[in-house]
Amino acid sequence: MKSAISIIIAREYLERVKRKSFIITTLLVPLFMILIMFAPAAIMLFDTPESKTIAVIDDTGVVAQRLRSSDEVKFVSYSESLDSARTDESIDAILSLGPRAVERPAGSITLYFRGAPALATDTYISSQLETAIEDLRLEAYNIPNIKEILKEVEVDISYPTIRIDKEEDTSTSSGLSYIIALMLDMILYMFILIYGQMVMTSIIEEKNNRVLEIVVSSVKPSSLMFGKIAGIGLVAITQILIWAALIGICSAWATPFLASLPAVSDEPELMSAIGQLGDLGYVITLFFNMILFFIGGYLFYSSIYAAIGSAVDNVQDASQLSSIATMPVIIGIIASMSVIQNPGSTMAFWISIFPFTSPMAMMSRLPFGVPAWEIALSLGILYLSFIGLIWLCAKIYRVGIFMYGKKPSLVEIIRWARYK
Amino acid sequence: MDNILTALNVTKDYAGHRALDDVSIEVPRGKVYGLLGPNGAGKTTLIRIINHITAPDKGIVTFDGHSLTADDIVNIGYLPEERGLYKKMKVGDQAIFFARLKGLSKRDAEAGLRSWFERLNITEWWDKKVEELSKGMAQKVQFIVTVLHRPKLLIFDEPFSGFDPINAGILKREILKLRDEGATVIFSTHNMGSVEELCDEITLINRSRNILSGPVRDLREQFSDNRYSLAFVGDPDALRRAVDPMCASFEPAGIDADGNATAKIALKGADALKPFVAAANEAVIINSFAKFMPSMDDIFVSAVEAYNKADDAKTEEQK
Repeated sequence: MKSAISIIIAREYLERVKRKSFIITTLLVPLFMILIMFAPAAIMLFDTPESKTIAVIDDTGVVAQRLRSSDEVKFVSYSESLDSARTDESIDAILSLGPRAVERPAGSITLYFRGAPALATDTYISSQLETAIEDLRLEAYNIPNIKEILKEVEVDISYPTIRIDKEEDTSTSSGLSYIIALMLDMILYMFILIYGQMVMTSIIEEKNNRVLEIVVSSVKPSSLMFGKIAGIGLVAITQILIWAALIGICSAWATPFLASLPAVSDEPELMSAIGQLGDLGYVITLFFNMILFFIGGYLFYSSIYAAIGSAVDNVQDASQLSSIATMPVIIGIIASMSVIQNPGSTMAFWISIFPFTSPMAMMSRLPFGVPAWEIALSLGILYLSFIGLIWLCAKIYRVGIFMYGKKPSLVEIIRWARYK
Repeated sequence: MDNILTALNVTKDYAGHRALDDVSIEVPRGKVYGLLGPNGAGKTTLIRIINHITAPDKGIVTFDGHSLTADDIVNIGYLPEERGLYKKMKVGDQAIFFARLKGLSKRDAEAGLRSWFERLNITEWWDKKVEELSKGMAQKVQFIVTVLHRPKLLIFDEPFSGFDPINAGILKREILKLRDEGATVIFSTHNMGSVEELCDEITLINRSRNILSGPVRDLREQFSDNRYSLAFVGDPDALRRAVDPMCASFEPAGIDADGNATAKIALKGADALKPFVAAANEAVIINSFAKFMPSMDDIFVSAVEAYNKADDAKTEEQK
């Protein structure tokens, strides 16, 4: 006889994966992310602001000729009064420079604009003014070749980071690790909440339409609960794998292309980031550990959600109780934000050992590299406490699913665990 | 006697509430066994213990000669009173799912289901979603799922609720057919008419205790209390005088449709029957004389009321 749990897992999994909403979100979310990432660039490419004519009324007599026009901003000297310029419809803006604009720019420069100026236009005008006035001030010192000297002094610092605690010197990028950690944290947070609550609502639904009574007449309640948690967990993993594959394909295609760009190859920080991503060992270890913590975190929290779901009759009643599970997740996420800032600290160590917060904290630390024994210890504690927790939750579940009517208190729920 | 299921001194407590108190039942193999009782009496708890969903605090349950284990569940088919199906799933897929949970292979499940669907005239619903089904239709699917794997013991809790009389009749026939093919049926209901029709034996559970058990025929006999009804032509007062020594009670009951005078009589004992008939025969012309058999409804009400009265008096006394 095929075990009942595997039949339940198969049902929970297939019923969800076959749903249109699952297929659509799984494919659309990465597309949406890419869209968000490229939208600003695309907008910049296709949406060039139309050219604006700026009339410059220059009382200093020296600044106006130094303002360089661009495609979008056209400076024209204007000799007539401000009032006549204001009525001239061919002029988009008037830049009025007082006689002491070079010595004391504050208070002597005003920009009159028809409508609201675009940020880019505004920025361009002020940067042109800054350059012009700075140049004028420098020239006032009468030092020969001052511009060349300044150019020689100017420096832009950027360097590769090499870790010396590993056997092999590996080039890493803390900037990239930071971004990966942040992303992993967000994904974990989203998945625990979404899929944990999916376990909860699906139990409430079964209880509500009394299909549960039929199922437990054939299988043990605990088998139904384990099967449900496992089935929904597999749905989550399927989704992650599809996303990982999509991201993998995109980056495998994009990385060599990025590295070949001359602007990028001059930047050691960016190059080591690309090197880090191209390091297959790093990516695989990271992904493997991430999945282990992800599964542990999901199992841990979804068993709490399952117990809560069994205890109540409807989703409204569940919201209050579900904060028992939601609060630690949120606290874990907040704590891991500080862990990202300092992944090697003692506090970071302890919150990545405590099972309620360890999945989140480890997501923050993994991209920076964590000693193997710490990972093993944290995983061990997480999975052991999951076994204890699911045993307790299964006892609550077994009683809870047959309790209808009054919403139980937390104390009552815990008392159920003692029933034979 | 060969019992498929026995429960011995079963007690089950929930927080501050005793759901079952020292309950024992014996379910004979191949019979339809009624499990009766008012709402909240403890029937569902007993059924859940039999189904291995909860365990008793005290007492022993044996199934087919050995003590009940989780593996016996595949030999039990249980149709709960509160029942539903997965709304979004197709009827056929869902029936296969439940059949496989009972240990059937996918192929056997589908073949068996197809023939049952045909038998109950719901073949065209195979590919429909459950949310499109009427209540009665869904009940048929649940019934099929319960009996498909041919369990030795079937437990039906209010199987006819939501059925029209025609479909209820079809279901009754199927239940009796299953019994004739060797299955034992435990049947829990508040519909006493169907108890008289279907049950061979019953147990009445009230206030967590077993207050009455036995074959339906014996119980009705026992509860008849030597009561008879008499239709006659003649003087009721003369009759009364003649039979008075034999009667515990004599109650004239008016004129019936045929113009006969009638009376309800309770005899002082089974021995009083012959002298009563002889005396009555002298006094009036007897047109009909029949033993009064109480309905299961009467038995249910009088047993429960008598028990509750005694029970309440006892608690009062303890105070």
